[in-house]
Amino acid sequence: MTHRGPVDRLITAGEISRVEGEGALRLRVADGRVTEAELHLYEPPRYFEALLVGRGHAEPPDITARICGICPVAYQMSSCQAIEDACGVQVPEEIWALRRLLYCGEWIESHALHIYLLHAPDFLGLPDAVELARADRALVERGLALKQAGNEVMEVVGGRAIHPVNVRLGGFHRLPSAEELARLERLLRPALDRALQTVEWASRLDFPDYECDHALLAMSAPDGYPMERGHLVTDSLQEFPASAWNDFVESRQVPHSTALQAFLQGRRYLSGPLARYSLNQAKLSPLARQAARAAGLGSRCVNPFQSMLVRAVEVVYAIEEALRILETYRPPRRPYTDVPARAGEGHGVTEAPRGILYHRYRIDRDGRIGQAQIVAPTAQNQAAIEEDLRRLAGGWLDLDDAALTAECERAIRNYDPCISCAAHFLDVRRTGPEHG
Amino acid sequence: MRRPSLAVWKLTSCDGCQLTLLDCEDELLDIADAVEIRHFPEATRRDLPGPFDVSLVEGSISTPAEAERIRRIREESGVLVAIGACATAGGYQALRNGADLEAFQRIVYPRPEAIRSLDRVSPVAAHVEVDYELHGCPIDRRALLGLLSALLNGRRPDLPAGSVCAECKQRGVNCLLVLGRAPCLGPVTRAGCGALCPAYDRGCYGCAGPAESARPEAIVPVLRRRGHGDAAIRRLLRGCTTAAPGRDSEGADDDA
Repeated sequence: MTHRGPVDRLITAGEISRVEGEGALRLRVADGRVTEAELHLYEPPRYFEALLVGRGHAEPPDITARICGICPVAYQMSSCQAIEDACGVQVPEEIWALRRLLYCGEWIESHALHIYLLHAPDFLGLPDAVELARADRALVERGLALKQAGNEVMEVVGGRAIHPVNVRLGGFHRLPSAEELARLERLLRPALDRALQTVEWASRLDFPDYECDHALLAMSAPDGYPMERGHLVTDSLQEFPASAWNDFVESRQVPHSTALQAFLQGRRYLSGPLARYSLNQAKLSPLARQAARAAGLGSRCVNPFQSMLVRAVEVVYAIEEALRILETYRPPRRPYTDVPARAGEGHGVTEAPRGILYHRYRIDRDGRIGQAQIVAPTAQNQAAIEEDLRRLAGGWLDLDDAALTAECERAIRNYDPCISCAAHFLDVRRTGPEHG
Repeated sequence: MRRPSLAVWKLTSCDGCQLTLLDCEDELLDIADAVEIRHFPEATRRDLPGPFDVSLVEGSISTPAEAERIRRIREESGVLVAIGACATAGGYQALRNGADLEAFQRIVYPRPEAIRSLDRVSPVAAHVEVDYELHGCPIDRRALLGLLSALLNGRRPDLPAGSVCAECKQRGVNCLLVLGRAPCLGPVTRAGCGALCPAYDRGCYGCAGPAESARPEAIVPVLRRRGHGDAAIRRLLRGCTTAAPGRDSEGADDDA
């Protein structure tokens, strides 16, 4: 065990595991206190905003999906919405219902992946879900079955689970058949039980006692928990539409690095399950609310370690919501509405599993993309993650380096960071095991 | 008997192809029993040194550090498999090849001087010898399972041959090109997806790259005859596989 006191320590973890993409941790301790806590994103940049310039106005859903293999539906939904907004096209409610169904699939899959394969091993002191399966195979099998249910939704509605092929501007290339939807409904019924069991199981885990004090930003929708559309709302209950994003959220360079971080009216903020839940708990279904209550969650939750519990509640909601959409499904008259190009600017914002995803496009007179702006969830959460690390690590200084690093990594995983998403525009810092 | 060791690597990419392995929900735990996973940061904290019997590599090479890294991976790997459009054909990020990199950096970054990228994005095979390639964006789950199962059993993997067009015929999908419903790259695109896009009533957009011995440009006059404009055709051909071997000339020099 190392000791507190004037000894300086520098902790660096080269490649944070069980996150999406490449990140590193850097923590400096001097005089018994944490003086630096940084999450380094060293994922190589891919320049998507630049690649999009000059492409046809219908192409961003397919191209931006490739920013992230974990949440491609989020990219497709935000980009469709932004371009339809720019072109002044309204999409019928029946199409919105199918979009929400597809998005439910992504939430179920991504949350089950995070809960069981990425996050759970931390609570049980294991390196991965394979070891977890050696201890409790049925548990991991339940997680995989849930994950598979989410993938089935994406395969039926989107054509495939990763980078769905069926999404296009204005709707879908083809509508799912009645048989396909009936099969989906049969698959989802047992998944609901598994999701409820997940909440119950997660509620018995040992969560460190910690509350963050970040500002919160989430979406809000008139009917239901926010997902595929809506406006934005802050914890001070200020509301604004997607079109005002750049008036409220600023991407800035912080003094100690060249990374861009997003700030909400100058404040560090949190987006994702905790913010969504805390600002929309009343809009969950009765069953999801009841599961949350039974698990000990109140109407608000700002303990990042409990994000797992909130994700589990959101899985219950997403499965119920998918079943509700299937039960009330009326096929649209056409698979898609035409979206002819029109010069202008449009905004799209949706709730990706790990937080808000904002897209803005300017379309030129010749129907090509003139400018693209994408703000991914992890870029928004990075400042909050670093603040958590700073505060939490102060209480862990008695631990040796390996244990301290493990605790820090666990705190980072609370946010389910997706670095592949963030790094399409986030800069690479100069201290990492390697740089892009 | 010693279990074969497996490593999964990520270069410049979206994580989707390695997620395909985790998407094998029915088989994942059996795979984990059959192999020793020594390096797979997306899935495990445990990180054991090489050598590795099999390495799956996702992503293209876009930074000087990655060019170094792929050489080290090659040295430590018995069988090296490049998985997905980025690793085999550059991915969407290769669209910057031939463009003005500094201009690209200025669009995205306020301080472009801090970014280190190679001038060109390239597939794994441009740097080291690759034993097998799985194509597609993302790779097909069944193809991945087939490959792993063959390697574990000491067989040569049976990789898809032919074009998407042939798979479309096998599947009995009406030809979108003939019907004039959509421009389609099926005739020149590598098989393996089971003609997924045409089955969803959209033209193939070429994510598995050029079929063996196919010249993608050969589709241009066919599409022109069907009334598709040159700009749209050019954009269709400039997807996520422009850095495929033999397509080097195509990365740049147009305004699409």
